[in-house]
Amino acid sequence: MRHHLILRVITKLLVGTIFLFALYVQFHGDYSPGGGFQAGVIMAVGFIIYGIVFTLEKVKAVFPPWLVHKVVALGVLIYAGTGIYSLFYGYGYLDYAAIDPHHPVHGQHLGILIVELGVGVTVTGVMVAVYYAFAARAPSLSDEDW
Amino acid sequence: MASATSSEPVHHIALTLSDQLPALQVLIPFVAAPLMVFIGVRSLAWPIAFLASLASLVISVLLLQRVIGGSEISYHMGGWAPPLGIEYRVDAANAFVLLLISAISSVVLAYARGSLKAEVPEKNHTLFYALYLLCLTGLLGVVITGDAFNVFVFLEISSLSTYVLIAQGSYRDKRALTASYNYLIMGTIGATFFVIGIGFLYMATGTLNMADLAERISEQRDSRTIRAAFAFIVVGIGLKAAIYPLHLWLPNAYTYAPSPVSAFLAGTATKMAIYVLLRFMFTVFQPEFLADIKILEAVIIPFALIAMFAASISAFYQRDIKRMLAHSSVAQLGYMLLGIGFFSHTGLTATIIHLFNHGITKAALFMGAGCFVFAVGATSYEKLKGLGKTMPWTSAAMVIGGMSLVGIPGTAGFVSKWVLVQAAFENGWWGFAFLIVLSSIIAVAYVWRMIETLYLSAPTEGVTAKEAPLSMLIPLCLMALSTIYFGFATDITLSASKAAASGLLSGSSGLH
Repeated sequence: MRHHLILRVITKLLVGTIFLFALYVQFHGDYSPGGGFQAGVIMAVGFIIYGIVFTLEKVKAVFPPWLVHKVVALGVLIYAGTGIYSLFYGYGYLDYAAIDPHHPVHGQHLGILIVELGVGVTVTGVMVAVYYAFAARAPSLSDEDW
Repeated sequence: MASATSSEPVHHIALTLSDQLPALQVLIPFVAAPLMVFIGVRSLAWPIAFLASLASLVISVLLLQRVIGGSEISYHMGGWAPPLGIEYRVDAANAFVLLLISAISSVVLAYARGSLKAEVPEKNHTLFYALYLLCLTGLLGVVITGDAFNVFVFLEISSLSTYVLIAQGSYRDKRALTASYNYLIMGTIGATFFVIGIGFLYMATGTLNMADLAERISEQRDSRTIRAAFAFIVVGIGLKAAIYPLHLWLPNAYTYAPSPVSAFLAGTATKMAIYVLLRFMFTVFQPEFLADIKILEAVIIPFALIAMFAASISAFYQRDIKRMLAHSSVAQLGYMLLGIGFFSHTGLTATIIHLFNHGITKAALFMGAGCFVFAVGATSYEKLKGLGKTMPWTSAAMVIGGMSLVGIPGTAGFVSKWVLVQAAFENGWWGFAFLIVLSSIIAVAYVWRMIETLYLSAPTEGVTAKEAPLSMLIPLCLMALSTIYFGFATDITLSASKAAASGLLSGSSGLH
């Protein structure tokens, strides 16, 4: 990749913008098209394009596979944790009214935002994990594998 | 507007812990799975998994106690009332299946700790237990939910984790990968068919809540869309339930999966699918609909009979104990289908009680097979010759399980076959009673082959075996003894099955 100067410079510029756009899609999901799934995929694209241009080792140094596992689990925990929070306040599972009992509409708003964040985190992790799994695959099977 | 400006809390009656039980039933294993991955400490994975499974077992017992009298619990997810919101609905039928699934899961997990060390490398254990819990979550969710689309979502959760769990057998035998891939293709086709059926239902009725669906379907029973939906759903679930011609994925998947996975799946996965079949046939589509389209005479009964004989005969010709057990599973599913085919209260009772009894029997047998894998590293009859002397406990448990499979009096298998034969007599179908007994004789043959190998053959030279460790033997013996226990203490299983059958047959009124 040493020759592709333009690719490298543009990628470095783009990655930051992609992350920013992902966060925009994430947190504007309730006003405009978007939400956790889309934002997660866009966020992962930032890592994937970095990996494609600067090799897998480089991106793994930034976002090591063990961290990817944790991120995947963390998102689900954020999602389920929101639901469990409302259990403690005597509401049904995932009843966001519990987040702001004085003002259930605000509670609903905040609840969906947190839950979508959980979705975004997990989708980012899963997309990167899928990329790692495919990119790290050995080009061919060795004889003893059969 | 008043609520938007006031600072007083909106009136709300707080739910107590016992109100939350239906949600916690699924939630505890679901949260435990990512939690153990997040913590990432290998030594904590098994304790977390075991505690989560045990907690869901306790919850399922509490739920069953509350609904066995015929009452029902409805839980609204997120506070959204059905039919718009997702509803969890617990009645005798699914509480009984919940108990079966969480009980088998807990015993198999206790057993898995020792067995897994021999079959799967240590570095995979955290993820293995996480997937195991996700599979449990999916199975419990499918059973507890009262929302047709939610069934599909949980079905996929359990299926996807099952594919990976089966593939973990590749450390012992590479063929696990093709078995898992095969199952992935077949399972995905099944799930697709199922969701197409749900789509048709939604098109015709505009709702996904089962109770609501039942009401609206009864108004348009002749609609072609509804009938197409039914066909898609039966075939889709049929693939998951391994109904006879759709069972081809099952023998390989059960044979090559790691032993705890085989035991867990054999005891729960197909049973869950049979439950879904019952739920859709009798609660969503109603018995009148089944009578209209004659599916029982035309499809269910013939294939049930073929399964009872063809799969039993092929079980006899297997040379591998796990493969023999897998084929016998297909045959035993035939009995459950036959119970549905009898289309009577006793018939359904037989199906549901056999679901439970066969679940514990097969789990015990596969756990025994896992002990053989631990001891000699293989399950082919060739390697198991004469192990009755060196592995007395495992072999004794296998014999008990085998007896229950045949239906010897005093074992759980006898109870369910007895009820099934009773159902045949009730309908006046004497021929069927004869066929049930005849197919049991084939079961005697294949179980005898196993006993002969274990006790009467001379050990193969070069095979040295030691009894499996206590951590595996205790759960195995517990499971084997429970098949005897439920052979005598029939009041628990029988009353639960009867309540479940009454609930299913009372149609949509049973859901309200």
